Amino acid sequence: MSLLEYENVTLKFGGLTAVDNLSFDVQEGEVFAIVGPNGAGKSTVFNLISRFYDPYAGSIQFDGHDLLRVKASAVAAFGVARTFQNIELFEHATVLQNLLVGRHRHRRTNLISEILFTPSARRQEIENREKIEEIIDFLDLQAFRDKMISGLPYGVRKVVEVARALATEPKLLLLDEPASGLSVEETTDMRWWIDDIRRQMGITVLMVEHDMGLVSGVSDRVLAMADGAKLALGTPAEVQSHPAVIEAYLGKAS
Amino acid sequence: MRIVFKTNYMQDLRPWKDGYQLGLYLILLAVAAAAPWWLDDFYLGELTNVLIWAIAGLGLMILTGHTGQASLGHAAFLAVGCYANVVMIEAGVPFLVAFPVAGLLTGIVGATVAIPALRLHGIYLAIFTLALSVLMDDIIVLAEPITGGVAGKYLGGVEIFGHLVDRWATPSQFFWLVLAVAIIVTLGYINLLRSSLGRSFIAVRDSEVSAQAMGVDIARTKTISFALSCAVTGLAGALMGLFAGAFNNETFSVVISIQLLMMIVIGGLGSIHGAFLGAIVIGFLPQFLSISKEYAAALLGGNAVAIPGLEFGIFGMILIAFILFEPMGLYGRWLKIRTWFELFPFYRKDMFKRQKSYLKTERLR
Repeated sequence: MSLLEYENVTLKFGGLTAVDNLSFDVQEGEVFAIVGPNGAGKSTVFNLISRFYDPYAGSIQFDGHDLLRVKASAVAAFGVARTFQNIELFEHATVLQNLLVGRHRHRRTNLISEILFTPSARRQEIENREKIEEIIDFLDLQAFRDKMISGLPYGVRKVVEVARALATEPKLLLLDEPASGLSVEETTDMRWWIDDIRRQMGITVLMVEHDMGLVSGVSDRVLAMADGAKLALGTPAEVQSHPAVIEAYLGKAS
Repeated sequence: MRIVFKTNYMQDLRPWKDGYQLGLYLILLAVAAAAPWWLDDFYLGELTNVLIWAIAGLGLMILTGHTGQASLGHAAFLAVGCYANVVMIEAGVPFLVAFPVAGLLTGIVGATVAIPALRLHGIYLAIFTLALSVLMDDIIVLAEPITGGVAGKYLGGVEIFGHLVDRWATPSQFFWLVLAVAIIVTLGYINLLRSSLGRSFIAVRDSEVSAQAMGVDIARTKTISFALSCAVTGLAGALMGLFAGAFNNETFSVVISIQLLMMIVIGGLGSIHGAFLGAIVIGFLPQFLSISKEYAAALLGGNAVAIPGLEFGIFGMILIAFILFEPMGLYGRWLKIRTWFELFPFYRKDMFKRQKSYLKTERLR
């Protein structure tokens, strides 16, 4: 069953067509990668799912919900979590606080019970913490719990962002260039984590990535884009050898 | 250096780190509560004033320090709280009812103001709220039947369970009332910060895009922050009215708004301690200046001359000095000094230096 369905989506910024009549679907339980040259509209595909923009035409369905009918903050409530290409963490907060914000969609307390910190608020906080600790264990973040984000190295921030997305307990995880700026070792770690996120946690992963090693290593299907349009869709090997993809990256042989 | 060995989650949840820290705060509280016995009436009044400013500072801290929305108009909400309280008391409502209702009313006014203010960011929001502060002056004059207009209002003491609580007649009772309000507000603030809503405030402050992606409703969160901030400020305003005794449209001027904002910047944005430390500076600086002026006059052998605008000039210079040399405020400075002692001799110069942050995703505004 397809979890996410993109149907004939078009987005224009003035005269520029960022996403051009794009259709694809992500099946439950798969790792789906989007590749393409810079400016192909990959991140825009994510931002449309996050409801940062309204598409010009088309529809986006997630798990039976029409995403275009809800506001941005409601998308997370359906079970969509994401990371950002340029890391959008809460800089002046600790790693723990960052991860706990990820628990926001499971909030059951209200203003009054929080200001009084009633037993129910306390219970919820402890539950949140237990969930967070599982994720900290999973991603080896134990050493950074009480560290401020503003003092952390880039590689750790990248992992904290994945952790924060996992803290929401999503059905679909959107990873925007999870390996950009990471060292070879860190990229390998990321590869195993993505594999585990899918296998152990049963979370469907949709990612944008330039590192073809990572893409062919973990993904089941790949969508290649150029200038907002679909070039090819298939297994990593199929896409890599597709003539249109080679042309988009390397140009025409003449 | 004390290292707290954590064995359960409650240790991270409760407001104090360990018994030692809890003990320190309890001693501080006991010393403060005993102030009427070790301070004369003049300084007790000054201390009361500082505490009232600290409550107002806590109010603004919610909005500016934790939600990241600058406000130059909080004097307007002080006025709303003050007048609401007085009008109700004059109508015969007992103080213990009128006081929280005044806070609630100010909160509702704040939430209403938040709806148009939500669309504004940074400097535009500051100007919007500044305009609000200016407007409030005129509104008070125009609403003369309620507010007494330019002539203003006068309020003597109030009665709580048959006890007269008045700034002049029973200064210690009034001090305890203010201290109790300050403690209650601080505890509520601490609770807020350790639960979901407080974290979503911080999330909105640091990155609206990713707060949204985590399911935080930005508009709603900002409105709640505005409302809470204004409610607390309204409580401070009500106390300020009681403290001043007499007030009119000029009592809560734009200058008060600016002082409030300066106070939390000097104290340290984004910390509860900051509101209190800033209030101490703002509250005691005028006294400190006049005392040192007399001292200087005695030393140089002349008359103490009143220099108009000296106070604000010095406030301004202090603010500039803080922004340049200690953007984390007094509380940040204190943290550094403490860390220096705790880690001696291993403190490094750039320990608190913030790394240049990486390119942010284009703000989707």
